Amino acid sequence: MSILVFIDHNEGKVKKASLEAVVYGAAMNAGDVVGIALGEIADDALATLGAYGASKVIVDKAAHFNHFDSRAYAKAIAAAAEQTGADVVIFAHDSSGKSLAGRVSVRLKAGLVSGATQLPNTDGSFTIRKSAFSGKAFADYTINTDKKVISVNPNSFPAKEGEGSAAVEAFDSGVGADAVSITVDSVSRMTDTVPLPEAELVVSAGRGLKGPENWGMIEELAIELGATTACSRPVSDDGWRPHHEHVGQTGITVSPNLYIAIGISGAIQHLAGVSSSKVIVVINNDPEAPFFKAADYGIVGDAFQVVPKLIDAVKTFKAS
Amino acid sequence: MKLLVCVCKTPDTTAKITFTDNNTTFDANGITFIMNPTDEWYALVRAIELKEQHGGSVTVINVGLNDSDQIIRKALAIGADDAVRINKAPTDAYDVAAQIAEYAKDKGFDIVFTGKETIDYNGFNVGAMLSELLDLPFVSLANKLDVNDGKATISRDIEGGIENLSVATPLVVSAQKGMAEQRIPNMRGIMAARRKPLQVVEPAAIEPLTTITNYELPPERSDIKYVDAENPAELIRLLHEEAKVI
Repeated sequence: MSILVFIDHNEGKVKKASLEAVVYGAAMNAGDVVGIALGEIADDALATLGAYGASKVIVDKAAHFNHFDSRAYAKAIAAAAEQTGADVVIFAHDSSGKSLAGRVSVRLKAGLVSGATQLPNTDGSFTIRKSAFSGKAFADYTINTDKKVISVNPNSFPAKEGEGSAAVEAFDSGVGADAVSITVDSVSRMTDTVPLPEAELVVSAGRGLKGPENWGMIEELAIELGATTACSRPVSDDGWRPHHEHVGQTGITVSPNLYIAIGISGAIQHLAGVSSSKVIVVINNDPEAPFFKAADYGIVGDAFQVVPKLIDAVKTFKAS
Repeated sequence: MKLLVCVCKTPDTTAKITFTDNNTTFDANGITFIMNPTDEWYALVRAIELKEQHGGSVTVINVGLNDSDQIIRKALAIGADDAVRINKAPTDAYDVAAQIAEYAKDKGFDIVFTGKETIDYNGFNVGAMLSELLDLPFVSLANKLDVNDGKATISRDIEGGIENLSVATPLVVSAQKGMAEQRIPNMRGIMAARRKPLQVVEPAAIEPLTTITNYELPPERSDIKYVDAENPAELIRLLHEEAKVI
């Protein structure tokens, strides 16, 4: 069996979610793991994928791949799958994977499971578990086709670095500039923090904070923990916080190791976005807040009293 | 402009989810169904706004049995002009995409909209699959979309940021928050919806690529541990020593 993993990169570095996809492919223990990268990136950056389990990375550095175009990318990835004889193609379930996995699945006539949270069970059939009903259940999907496409939920398979270096080979996808139809005019990115979908630690706050002027302590707690900040829907709707921080059913779904919710009551729409977090801490002055029912640890208390003490406790912990 | 909006029927957000037949079938008993929120609030409403600006028509399409008619009538009441229902309980995302592609391939739609994901199977797949079947550009997670002279200007969410792009129509777009505001149908819309055409089309023969073989409810979270508000240091100790997340 041969496994192909799509390697997404940004500013010369392979994205963390792609490292996790390589780790997933290697953990399948079902054959060689080959990466496919598109656009200009240094060979050295791709060779590091060897430390995550890739034996080889093929790359088409044509400049027309420097911006993301799902149609052109899908053609190139499908061509790489044909050329490497891949039985399984793996993506990260992120903004690129959500555009590409379905396209490549159609091109290869391969069944797709998106947002996988576990390795496939290959005992008799090829079955993969994913979260369904917005975190309220799991569904086991059996793929009926010989070829398979999987997208891996971020933060489900830690990108553990091992030893080794991958061979990097040039690849001619045969997909020319005429296949590109999207012009990317500009990209704006927060550069100072880990993007929320990739964050391992998240500090989130809601209307209990009473106003945007009170977010200083939330940001300070996040900085001390090395966490990314998030918020509830009303807070982003009212413009207290930017839209890209909104976690929940209509916002971003996160699955960090630790989600700290401060002054968020825990409406079902918010829980839909956080239910796959490994550990949830809720801080709320209302002991009846529904979020406590979904939490692992809770503090009943006024955020304005508790958070400053928590920041001090983190500082003491780090100093120890 | 000719616009097509794919709408899906999903269990209400607050529905309690259970399964029958030895955990192989979703139990629809007693469940209230709604139009999938991102389909309704963002895809459908933005399509209607574009029609109001530029003229043209908005068609809604659903793959489902006649128990979908209620959400289709709601889409018509909100402002779609006509509707198509492909008469089949769909088996997987590929089935949905292939049925819609079969219908849409020779109709000359300028933009095909989907919501970013459905709240039941959370796949994010129908738009991407549909675009490949129609060989069209696809922009996922769009939070803003304008069209002028056959050119769409779109902003989409990427990890920790925004990508602004432009692309000629026709194309497929998956819509999310930011693109439009929810519209509540008024009485006139509801009355008018009854007379709007709803065409029922028999399905194409499509083999599903995947099958759900088992469902499971997540394990209950173990009992919450409360920490005294005066002593957050204890929380940090637990997160470090017990949960091992910091």
